[in-house]
Amino acid sequence: MGMDYSLKGLPARGDCLIAASIADAITLIPMVASDSASHELCSLIYSGLIRYDKDLNIIGDLALSWEISQNGREIVFTLRDDVRWHDAVPFTADDVLFTYHSLIDPKTRTPYAGDFNKIESLQVINPYKIKVTYAQPFAPALSSWAMPIIPRHLLQNEDLSFAKFGRQPVGTGPYKFVRWVTGQQIVLKANDDYFGQRPYIDYYIYRVIPDPSTMFLELQAGGVDLMGLTPLQYNRQTQNVYFNRCFNKYSYPSHGYTYLGYNLRDNKFKDKKVRVALDMAVDKQSIIDGVLLGLGRICTGPFLPDSWAYNKGVMSRRRDIPGAKRLLAQAGWADTDGDGIIDKDGIKFQFCLLINQGNSLREYAAQMIQQQLKEVGVMMRIQSIEWGVLLGEFINKKRFEAVLMGWGLPPEPDCLDIWHSSRVREGEFNFISYKNEEVDRLLEQGRLVIDRASRAGIYQRIHSILYDEQPYMFLWIEDSLPIIHKRFKNIKSSPSGIRYNFTEWYVPSEEQKYGPRHKVLL
Amino acid sequence: MRHYLIRRIILTVPTIIGISLVSFVVIHLAPGNPVDSMTMLDPKVSFEAREKLMAQYGLDRPIYAQYMDWVRRIVFLDFGVSYRDGQKVIAKVAARAPVTLLINILSVLLILLIAIPIGAASAVRCGGLYDRFTTVIVFIGFAFPGFWLALLLMSLFGIRLGWLPVQGIVSLDFDTLTAVGKTVDVAMHLVLPVFVSCVGGIAGMSRYVRNNMLEILHKDYIKMARAKGIKERDVIYKHALGNAVLPIITILGLSVPGLIGGSVIFESVFGIPGMGRLFYESVMSRDYPVVMAVLVIGALLTLVGNLMADISYSVADPRVRYDK
Repeated sequence: MGMDYSLKGLPARGDCLIAASIADAITLIPMVASDSASHELCSLIYSGLIRYDKDLNIIGDLALSWEISQNGREIVFTLRDDVRWHDAVPFTADDVLFTYHSLIDPKTRTPYAGDFNKIESLQVINPYKIKVTYAQPFAPALSSWAMPIIPRHLLQNEDLSFAKFGRQPVGTGPYKFVRWVTGQQIVLKANDDYFGQRPYIDYYIYRVIPDPSTMFLELQAGGVDLMGLTPLQYNRQTQNVYFNRCFNKYSYPSHGYTYLGYNLRDNKFKDKKVRVALDMAVDKQSIIDGVLLGLGRICTGPFLPDSWAYNKGVMSRRRDIPGAKRLLAQAGWADTDGDGIIDKDGIKFQFCLLINQGNSLREYAAQMIQQQLKEVGVMMRIQSIEWGVLLGEFINKKRFEAVLMGWGLPPEPDCLDIWHSSRVREGEFNFISYKNEEVDRLLEQGRLVIDRASRAGIYQRIHSILYDEQPYMFLWIEDSLPIIHKRFKNIKSSPSGIRYNFTEWYVPSEEQKYGPRHKVLL
Repeated sequence: MRHYLIRRIILTVPTIIGISLVSFVVIHLAPGNPVDSMTMLDPKVSFEAREKLMAQYGLDRPIYAQYMDWVRRIVFLDFGVSYRDGQKVIAKVAARAPVTLLINILSVLLILLIAIPIGAASAVRCGGLYDRFTTVIVFIGFAFPGFWLALLLMSLFGIRLGWLPVQGIVSLDFDTLTAVGKTVDVAMHLVLPVFVSCVGGIAGMSRYVRNNMLEILHKDYIKMARAKGIKERDVIYKHALGNAVLPIITILGLSVPGLIGGSVIFESVFGIPGMGRLFYESVMSRDYPVVMAVLVIGALLTLVGNLMADISYSVADPRVRYDK
């Protein structure tokens, strides 16, 4: 009779996805980990109470449902009662309580206690119902419960900062931990008892390859199924027959933007006209085309494009050299001595832009900005500094004139810590010392108001004020450029990227590469 | 000899203290700190959380107090706990050291095996075609950037020909292999890294041997040997070569710390989780306990290497005696 060919290409369990990463994970205890490698793996091993769907809406994960009351001060979560930890112990509300206590415990070395310190009390009503009460309404509260929940029964007598658990974690997520070979690979296996849809792909191997060129060679050698490409690799080096036959490439806006931040305590940058003029002098699209090879979009503010907080009415300024010069002249800057550099009160307009070492995209962009600013008579020098030094000695201590950096764009738009005028102490995030009373008020309101539509109004207003005032020159949002082996099916790009439906990716059985015969994974 | 040894060993104590003090101060005074590199400007990390972390690592205390704490622990050979992941530092070093050690020992052996004959032969044929040919080759070896050579070889043997694995030290299916299979697997993975790490060494070492050999071939006792009518082969291999390679002992002694230090570049390019990368990562994240451990172990090995070189000298060269 032969094979039933109608099954060809259908979803099937099996195979293994090998993802490459430059860095090894540090610890797989989610609240102690602060690096992206650890977080990526934790998201497969653990579950939070909520998660984001493909359109970045909040949906239940361990929580079946929730009710927000008391003007947003109280959230009652109803938890799933069919969840087991990877070691088969049932998950209950006690685990949530334990996770909360671990987060706020002064002994825990966690950087993420902030949102949870705002909780007044957390009550276990019954094993599958908890009530969280906040001292005052806190709009980002719900999204903070994406925090992975950790198992009480395994950790209650452990010091989280040193627990062995960090290298052999037990969670409730779609994948179970198998093994970790330091500096080489971390192996996960599909969780047959997962409360959601059991993943089709049996194994997930996280392979550590520290050198990007080597990683690209390993991709060609077939030892890697998924990696992030650089714009150059995406546009130029993966255009041949081999790559077209074996791989699919995806591109979607990454959740982060790059900006040029001014130190607003510096006299040169205090005048809004100057900042707007500098913005008009720099052609963002030419930078995106030159540096990102077109794989990015212009950024106009600190919110995720296409999200509810984003103000579609904010249009980026056209490059306008005469206009920029006019504005600078209005602010008192003109080239009086004919040396090509504008000056005011005998001081030339020159400043130093700090960038972090080793980020070549930012280096190239800085050079283009330098050239374009020269056309309006502004002299910018570039200095690249090692990351730790840049933060510790220059940013935190506010000893800089301008800096080229990036921020993430999380789905929750609250950015009070970055823009509020109170957040200017050493090590806080408003290191440019921005102060605008309306923005302060709006940011505070944004946390207190729960209703999505009213919040949208607040953040869209913030967006337009920030673009108008230019405390940062908002530059670009680059694209994420993953490349994935063609045998993986059902991968769909969305505003949240491609990972949101990872459990639904599959390899048709006739195309599976790693299986029992390959003995790779046993 | 015994007096000399005892004196040398006693002298290492203040040396180690000095080295550790300087390293400690330098790494702590270097700008940046572990908490900054850990939290990476993450807006989710509150100001209070950073302060708390600083206090938990004891970084808010004066530097001399931190150093005294470190000394108090180190006396009991306790290198402390990594800031990054809470693992014991000594366990991290123990996990990374073997592969670096293996690659370096293999490459030192290979260097000696290849460089001494090349160097000796070109000295004997000094100015001849062979000498000029090896000189050119050697200088190419010197000038070739190691990481580039590595990438070229990976592309050739790993992808075009498919004979060797591209990177890493074991295959994905390593755990399922037999003992023989495992050995073969590791050996295959080591071919390129060992070769690449040899290239520069062979170049340097063969030049060194050549120059020593040339010097010795002009010595009176060689003329004397020739005058006595000893066969040229014996003159070269028995009388000259032995003396020409003697100073290599010093070089080997000095290369002992390199055995454990590893190389960031090779290890990164070949994806080898060795000491070089451990050190680099710990410096980048300001993981002070790990940095200190690697530096102190390195210093200790340097001293041991020097001492061993001196002792080997006195054994190998009858002209060297340490007691009057």
